[in-house]
Amino acid sequence: MEKEAIIQVKDLTSEHGDNLILDNVSFDVFRKEILVIAGSSGCGKSTLLRHMVGLDIPVSGKILINGIDITSCDEAAFLSVLKKIGILFQSSALLGSMTIADNVALPILEYSGLPESFIQDIVRMKLCMVDLAGYEDYFPSELSGGMKKRAGLARALALNPEILFLDEPSAGLDPIVSAEIDELILHINKSIGTTIIIVTHELESIFHVAQRVVMLDKKTKGIIAEGTPEHLKNHSGIPFVRQFFNRTK
Amino acid sequence: MKKPEQLSSPLYDISEKENGEITIHLKERIDIYKSASILKNLTLLIKTKSPFSMTIDLAGVTYLDDYGALLLFKLKNLITAKKGGFNIINADTRANKTLSMVDPDSYRRPVADKGKNPANIFVHLGKSTIETASNLRFLISFFGSVVISMVHVLFHPKSLRIDDTLLCMKKTGVDALPIVGLISFLLGLIMAFVSSIQLQDFGANIYVASLVALVMVFELGPIMTAIIVSGRSGSAFAAEIGSMKISEEIDALFTMGFNPTLFLAVPKIVALIIVVPILTFFSDIFAIAGGLVVGVLMLDLTPTSYMSQTLETLTLFDVLWGMFKSSIFAVLIASVGCLRGFQAHGDAASVGNAATSAVVSGIFLIILFDSIFAVIRCYW
Repeated sequence: MEKEAIIQVKDLTSEHGDNLILDNVSFDVFRKEILVIAGSSGCGKSTLLRHMVGLDIPVSGKILINGIDITSCDEAAFLSVLKKIGILFQSSALLGSMTIADNVALPILEYSGLPESFIQDIVRMKLCMVDLAGYEDYFPSELSGGMKKRAGLARALALNPEILFLDEPSAGLDPIVSAEIDELILHINKSIGTTIIIVTHELESIFHVAQRVVMLDKKTKGIIAEGTPEHLKNHSGIPFVRQFFNRTK
Repeated sequence: MKKPEQLSSPLYDISEKENGEITIHLKERIDIYKSASILKNLTLLIKTKSPFSMTIDLAGVTYLDDYGALLLFKLKNLITAKKGGFNIINADTRANKTLSMVDPDSYRRPVADKGKNPANIFVHLGKSTIETASNLRFLISFFGSVVISMVHVLFHPKSLRIDDTLLCMKKTGVDALPIVGLISFLLGLIMAFVSSIQLQDFGANIYVASLVALVMVFELGPIMTAIIVSGRSGSAFAAEIGSMKISEEIDALFTMGFNPTLFLAVPKIVALIIVVPILTFFSDIFAIAGGLVVGVLMLDLTPTSYMSQTLETLTLFDVLWGMFKSSIFAVLIASVGCLRGFQAHGDAASVGNAATSAVVSGIFLIILFDSIFAVIRCYW
């Protein structure tokens, strides 16, 4: 059975001022897969992610999510796409003036029309899923880095998105917490069937969670390699890719 | 079996038996966007009809998420509270798995301990005393650090970050000149206009020039300039330093061996000490120009007579006194702005609080010190 592309990036070109960041990048993300966007620092991973969630508009090219081109669609269509995606930012981006429960409840209150007690139960379930039960009344400033990431993940999952974008989910976390986050990502993908796109260069995470890797290159400003992490590590014909995945000079 | 049409919905069909047993045939996707409507309708149904038992048929359901599962759980609670029966039928494996995951009671956990003592009046009293003492200590230590840094700069001028100081002078002085000028011009205009209403009756139009000049140079020029600078620059200092504090940039400076006060606060204080008196001088000139416009256009005074009356009223000391007061206000605005910035901690909201607090404290100190100057001038 042919895989269904849930996201299609077509000939995407991105610039920051006069600097070309991405040049004619094209690839597909398939439904229910875990795709990692990897590459060395400054190769445009986070820029690509920002384009894919509609935060930045590319110079040229298209990004189709469920068939809707988010670079040119109207506001209503874009809002319908936003309801289907969840994003975990690198810094978690929790609202500091709200408790963890209020942060998670925010999108649910906005879009569901459900009563307060129902939302409280759902929020408790979401927090329990990320192992933060009992921390509902904590403010982000009272949590550790790993807990903030998990709370950010709970917020990203609040509307049961079809697609989850994770920007450096393991950055700045210790190996145990990183491994916990990786397990959580696998659990979400397996139990809910969420399509997950991860931007990272943490090799351990890539080998643990990635089903497919798209690797960007700083020099060519485009995709240098694509495949499973094991394939890229052992069989890639490009020396830089093998170096990257084998951590060698 | 009958079909109560008034209770049907595009989201489900209802069939009702004679014995009061109701079957809800849910359709298609039961998710976050459908749950609210179904919950509302079926809650109303349960309340109005008090069915003997309710059966939820999931045969037509293509997708059931945790919202849908919680919805069924809530319906079950509602109907069992009324001593009714509740059944779910035709659930596929996936729906069964989702349903098994949803039991809100099993997700309840004791509230995680924040390590805080239970609040009582003595705890609050002690806490606020410690907080006040700690703030006072920080205040004294900060002003001590400012004084030491300023003295250090006096004896080692090269330690002053000249580029930062010049940039700050441009931002707080040159960029503020248009708004200070406009407000002062309008203030002079208003004062001349209002005072002329009274003075015209006594044929003392010429004293409008004296009044505008004295009030502006003595009081309003320095105060208005200081208030504008406090709103523009004091808040900006607090926001800049506050955001540096929460992003650990100040800690980075400290660990690199820099004195944060010397690095961040002193250039701002020096810049304001230089530009605020100059802005005040411009403010005086613009206000006198505003008075002149009213004097010439409405009071039949000539520009020469207005200006000579102004110069006769003012002495060089008056102008310098106003500028001296401005330099003190400048120290207060910059110091309080930087202090509030250094006091920020935690999240982005504290930066906003620091900026607000810098403006409020700055304006309060300006008025307080102006009152002290007024008393000193009175007995001098």
